[in-house]
Amino acid sequence: MLEKDKLYSIWVYLQAEPLFWLTLTIGSYLIGDYCYKRSKLFPLVNPVMISIFIVSIILLKLNISYERYFDGAKFIHFMLGPVTVALAIPIYKQFSLIKKEAKIIFISLILGSLFAITSTFLLCKFFSIDEKVLLSMLPKSATAPIAMGISDLIGGIPSLTAIVTILTGIIGASFGTFALDFLKLKDMSARGFGLGLASHGIGTARAMSRNRTAGVFAALALGLNGIATAIIVPLLFKLFSFF
Amino acid sequence: MLRAIFIIFFFQLIGEAIKKLFQLYIPGPVIGLVLLLLTLIFLKKTNNKNIISLKKDVIDTGNHMLTYLSLLFVPIGVGVVMHLTYLQNNFFRVLIIIFITTVSTIALTAFTMEKLKTKIK
Repeated sequence: MLEKDKLYSIWVYLQAEPLFWLTLTIGSYLIGDYCYKRSKLFPLVNPVMISIFIVSIILLKLNISYERYFDGAKFIHFMLGPVTVALAIPIYKQFSLIKKEAKIIFISLILGSLFAITSTFLLCKFFSIDEKVLLSMLPKSATAPIAMGISDLIGGIPSLTAIVTILTGIIGASFGTFALDFLKLKDMSARGFGLGLASHGIGTARAMSRNRTAGVFAALALGLNGIATAIIVPLLFKLFSFF
Repeated sequence: MLRAIFIIFFFQLIGEAIKKLFQLYIPGPVIGLVLLLLTLIFLKKTNNKNIISLKKDVIDTGNHMLTYLSLLFVPIGVGVVMHLTYLQNNFFRVLIIIFITTVSTIALTAFTMEKLKTKIK
């Protein structure tokens, strides 16, 4: 009995420390990454999805609040900013190729971005989704911080947008490749560009893990579509509220 | 490596400052990305040995950091799972909408790009 009490007191001590949740996050990611590699990079075995699943189950089972968890995980979360800046590097390395195809990139960007927004709008109308939720969903293909800013601007709920945006990333990264294979699209830059445009960072991470060129074009699309969405959504919103 | 980390953080810092200054809806790191890219392009043909070595340092460190891009989405992802109740009775409809629009956007964008490329060549 004494032993059990001792273990329990150690646990009480550890679970209050950020280190525990930080270690858990990295550990579960390593498990996810191991499964991903063992599956020969099969898209449904997404390492992000697996590690989110493991951590969430543990938090729910042990009744730990997200705030307590995030106290440790914030150190990892913080790196999202600098790593986004670092995406400049692969883009720089392929810059001559990007310059050569600037026109094609621009057309694909505008078409893809418009389609992502209008298809969401129409389907939300079709499924009669509440106005607030619809507005929160419109910018979902942009990277999370941009999407949340736009959502706030047009009267959506930013935290709901964060949820929808991350789900978009995971779904795109897990299922997008099947659509690309189905259409027999072989060009790595086009495949990456589609993934990055529709499913931002998580799609880019997926593309990056498969092929360097695909990763570069995904990163490029992530940045460009962030900017395009920030311009198009508020514009369309003004246009629609006009009628 | 430390210099490279400094440079990357510094560019994000400038990005955050610009965002605040002009009240933009573009996040600081994306502005930092654009600025770092422009700087790298600007320094492409430099002969200065110090700058060349610093550039190489930034490129190597940045590439290394990018290997862990996926990991960085785990903390927010867990937040999403913990807050799924926000969606309430909309959950399944929202999931279906996300699935259809995202997969078709990926397909349409990649299809457009590949067809335009083969057409021009």
